Amino acid sequence: MRSAFIRGLTALAERDDRVVLLTGDLGYKIFDDFTARFPGRFINAGVAEQNMVGVATGLALEGFRPFVYSIATFATLRCFEQIRDDVCYNDVAVTIVGVGGGFSYGANGPTHHATEDIAIMRTLPNMTVVCPGDPVEAELAVAAGASHGGPLYLRLGRAGDPVVHHDPPGFQIGTAIKVREGTDGALISTGGMLPGAMAAADLLEAENLSCQIISMHTVKPLDTAALEACCRETKTLFTLEEHSRIGGLGSAVGEWISESGESCKLTCFGTEDRFADTAGSQDYLRQQHGLSAEQIAQRVMERLGE
Amino acid sequence: MAHEGKAPHVGSALSSVDLLVALYFALMKNDPAEPTASDRDRFILSKGHGCTAHYAALAERGYFPKSVLSEYAQDGGRLAEHPSRTSVPGIDAATGSLGHGLPIAAGMALAAKMRDEKHRTFALLSDGECLEGSVWEAAIFAAARQLDNLVAIVDFNRWSAMDRTDTLLEPLAVKWTAFGWLATEVDGHNFREIVEALESVPTVPGRPTALIARTVKGKDVSFMEDDLEWHYRPPSAEDLARALEEIGASGEGLPGGRSPA
Repeated sequence: MRSAFIRGLTALAERDDRVVLLTGDLGYKIFDDFTARFPGRFINAGVAEQNMVGVATGLALEGFRPFVYSIATFATLRCFEQIRDDVCYNDVAVTIVGVGGGFSYGANGPTHHATEDIAIMRTLPNMTVVCPGDPVEAELAVAAGASHGGPLYLRLGRAGDPVVHHDPPGFQIGTAIKVREGTDGALISTGGMLPGAMAAADLLEAENLSCQIISMHTVKPLDTAALEACCRETKTLFTLEEHSRIGGLGSAVGEWISESGESCKLTCFGTEDRFADTAGSQDYLRQQHGLSAEQIAQRVMERLGE
Repeated sequence: MAHEGKAPHVGSALSSVDLLVALYFALMKNDPAEPTASDRDRFILSKGHGCTAHYAALAERGYFPKSVLSEYAQDGGRLAEHPSRTSVPGIDAATGSLGHGLPIAAGMALAAKMRDEKHRTFALLSDGECLEGSVWEAAIFAAARQLDNLVAIVDFNRWSAMDRTDTLLEPLAVKWTAFGWLATEVDGHNFREIVEALESVPTVPGRPTALIARTVKGKDVSFMEDDLEWHYRPPSAEDLARALEEIGASGEGLPGGRSPA
């Protein structure tokens, strides 16, 4: 997703000279092409995220379209108050780009695991929260985000995320993408869990269970029309996210169900309420939190059999 | 305003009144008729809690009618106890939490550099605010980016919300200098000194300017001067009458203003 983001941003910067990229001293070599093409519009703001977000706000107040890049934890947690007071309260077009959603930075440990970012970003007034499901969505999200024109959090995976969409889908912020049809259950995925949802659905299909897959790339505003359709068509919803089950997509969907009066079952897959206590790769850590394709398929099967 | 709104921070506002007068009536290029003109000098009140002085300066300068001042801290009023961007013309950014204004101002100054525009950006900080790390992040950034069109004014009234600041901050000018800024100390109630220090900004090519303005909290009201109580206490009707008498204002025509008893 990281390379796709930079590709999308470079293309955007080519046609929109308001686009400025700020990094908190992260992204060694990956911005070389961008910097060479737009030398005045690349700013390494150093290891100082609070200032970086304030500077981005100042640039946006003056009409620029800043993209602020860092690892998702640092891009959201260290400077949360600047995102709230400066970006969201002033309601300016700053895109916060968090790379390494969930356990992408696996063995780096919990300081680098972004498992609360969706929750805290979606609490902020004026903020839009976008978590692309694969590199194709990530690239499309950049252009869509820029024309959106307000505060936006773009949560990326890492380098080398698998491609799910072999034909580019229509991409609109706030409109979920139905990736696969199905009648028994709906797997509603956000961010990098999309390939896992696909693999789980394949496993379920082998058991004669038909699950539709929704890429809910925008967590806020939530596509409630898509959720209504899921409820109508399947009655059993599953949310998938590499993020705490507290406050993320699962919570957002649960809040909607409780207020909408829809009657459907909801099961939330997400990380447990604890820090990783050992080192481990992204795949290993997913397994520790019940997020491997096999674990998801197993649990879905149990729920559908209840 | 503070009396009618039963609001605090009178001392913090009074310490920066003279700085604001110097900025709005002598130093800054600003036109109330065109509050968003692209060639105007920008101003960020980083010490947002001192906003009554800023609202008053803007109203006096003609950005909006003085009657709007009566909406301060009132239910449904436009003027909150910390300024929002959409409240009245002349507010360039919302502030209220300390340590946010200088980074925003640095971004605005950077934007001017990127577009080769000549206007300046002024940020007014409190002294207690200089304990926020983000102030120094911005100080490093602005010097490294050679933002000589950026001015940080520190209202050094020697009080933060609980304690004296000078024991923590001094030597403050030395710190700004060490961070690459052109730092000058002035009497923050002496117009000539303030104007002389800032009239030629950018003074040294490539260097941002820090003005350490020595001020008195609650300036010109004898019972408020240098008394931390007035960081918290809304003035009563009697306090207001006495204060207006001391500063030689009738208060007539001013929202919340009263004729001296």
